[in-house]
Amino acid sequence: MNIHEYQGKEILKSFGVPIQEGIVAETPEEAVEAAKKLQEQTGTGWWVIKAQIHAGGRGKGGGVKLAKSLDEVKEISSQILGMTLVTHQTGPEGKLVRKVLIAQDVYYPGESEPDEFYMSVLLNRATGRNIIMYSTEGGMDIETVAEKTPHLIFKEEIDPATGILPFQARRIAFNLGLSGQAFKSMVKFVTALYNAYDKTDSSLFEINPVLKTSDNKVIAVDAKVNLDDNALYRHPDYAAMRDLAEEDPAETEASKHNLNFVKLDGNVGCMVNGAGLAMATMDIIKLSGGEPANFLDVGGGASAETVEAGLKIILADENVKAILINIFGGIVRCDRVANGVVEAYKKIGEINIPIIVRLQGTNAEEGKKVIDESGLKVYSAITLKEAADLVHKVLN
Amino acid sequence: MSVLVNKDSRIIIQGFTGSEGTFHASQMIEYGTNVVGGVTPGKGGTTHLGLPVFNTVKDAVDQVQADVSVIFVPPAFAADAIMEAADAGIKTIIAITEGIPTKDMVTVKDYLSDKESRLVGPNCPGVITPGEAKVGIMPGFIHMKGGIGVVSRSGTLTYEAVDQLTKLGLGQSTCIGIGGDPIIGTTTKEAVELLMNDPGTEGIIMIGEIGGSMETEAAYWIKENGTKPVVGFIAGQTAPKGRRMGHAGAIIGGKDDTAAAKMKIMRECGIHVVDSPADIGITMKKALESK
Repeated sequence: MNIHEYQGKEILKSFGVPIQEGIVAETPEEAVEAAKKLQEQTGTGWWVIKAQIHAGGRGKGGGVKLAKSLDEVKEISSQILGMTLVTHQTGPEGKLVRKVLIAQDVYYPGESEPDEFYMSVLLNRATGRNIIMYSTEGGMDIETVAEKTPHLIFKEEIDPATGILPFQARRIAFNLGLSGQAFKSMVKFVTALYNAYDKTDSSLFEINPVLKTSDNKVIAVDAKVNLDDNALYRHPDYAAMRDLAEEDPAETEASKHNLNFVKLDGNVGCMVNGAGLAMATMDIIKLSGGEPANFLDVGGGASAETVEAGLKIILADENVKAILINIFGGIVRCDRVANGVVEAYKKIGEINIPIIVRLQGTNAEEGKKVIDESGLKVYSAITLKEAADLVHKVLN
Repeated sequence: MSVLVNKDSRIIIQGFTGSEGTFHASQMIEYGTNVVGGVTPGKGGTTHLGLPVFNTVKDAVDQVQADVSVIFVPPAFAADAIMEAADAGIKTIIAITEGIPTKDMVTVKDYLSDKESRLVGPNCPGVITPGEAKVGIMPGFIHMKGGIGVVSRSGTLTYEAVDQLTKLGLGQSTCIGIGGDPIIGTTTKEAVELLMNDPGTEGIIMIGEIGGSMETEAAYWIKENGTKPVVGFIAGQTAPKGRRMGHAGAIIGGKDDTAAAKMKIMRECGIHVVDSPADIGITMKKALESK
């Protein structure tokens, strides 16, 4: 599950990770109040207004701006709130900004130059252990750093039996070129950060930048926090941070029916039982000359209710010109799935695009018969090859 | 011949008396699998489906010499069940459970590192040696005894491949569902290695998907050590970056774990890579004929 920067920072702070302080606001008036309050709490004279959306690259898209007075706080937050922010991660349609984070200015002048680093905590799938990945090149896109200057990216793997050890935290601080008070601050920062990752059942922490301030503090200026969906049952407080406004409405609707749905841009919808077969079905659509409009795994059941819910979600997408239902019946019988499809079809009523139903496995022939004799405008297939050919046929 | 499970395997079910455990245990027994009992803490001493129920895996090992365990325990308790099986000395642990928190699996992986047990899964359909033992949730009837080994991260996509093989008259030695999670006990490479060393296996189907680097590692191993034809498919050629496609582990993180990148390396390593999942069976048939 993705959460907002301000929520991620709240979590970090609760585990003792120093952060750039801030207060979230939903209106320009709230923003001004937040700015005043922040001034009292931190003494900051300037503020950073940051759009809160579930996507990176906000700065380049105009979603992060500095305000040097309360008037500017009001002006800038009115501009950012309600804007449709387009970044390299939002897609061309962009995302509507509903909240801004009013954050303290942390780039103030002082005894030393501020310095930005990159730091993330994530699973190394090859070893089954967590790693801390970090770089001296903060504030930049880490994939660019990895491509151009891979020697500037370091990794520290953590033994799950011991957690992060003091020498590892010191090694990270040394590799980042720190000394004196800044060194000590970094050791504390990285230790607290790893412990927060571990205790929150997160699947990714990405802090970019981690800032060494001019007075040698080390703080998280941004926070991308992804939580492990499978572990949310242990963290009801984090589960409550889910922001439905950030999700595609079709995906939210699908999740209510326990359907695993991902919206895509193509013209052929699909409904499949099993994630691997669902991906393979999308690939078949592409090879048949179409583009997949979605990923949809209906899971084990494939009952009339799930088929109906799935069909409705797919049909709501105007780009969809055809639908391929691909079910491999193992435990679930194909004739039952076929009856479910017919029932759902009749219930929905007028469907103006061709539907191809491919049923294979237990009682496949009986299932095909149910479809063929239903009198509906539905094509039936048994092999994957036949289904692919039908997709090609209906698109041309 | 076969790998991991056969007619002599002594199989127990953890989570035996639950609804999933009961249903699939019945199906396994009906297939002819040598199920010798099950474990449900607190129900030891009773019988279920005509078989003894034990309180602990250790009791099952001591009393009915269990050496394979299949786990249907709910996600919150599944990691503990895997570690209990390993502690009791179970040789092959097959975890079907989907939805185990990754952090729990980090602990499991570490716990298993100095144990003799092999874990298959979690989040997998299980392992079947056709005609001998069905240990999992796959439909038994689509399988046929023979010489093709199948390794896959997916459930229904594996059934699809098996079905194609059977209809072409190509039976299977053992089909291993390795699971769709980011951390799994047996990797693609390890499963391929088992089948490559199995005298009863003539060819191997390797089905992967986006995310991680397991298929690439397996491909490099096959290039060095392969002695049998391998047919490969990677699901998710059309999957977008950064979106989780159903399986917890099916997510493109960078440029190396896309379907295209994996397929390219697999081809370079001599694997017969198919673009369409409809061609898996026929490609194996041709590969065997041209050998």
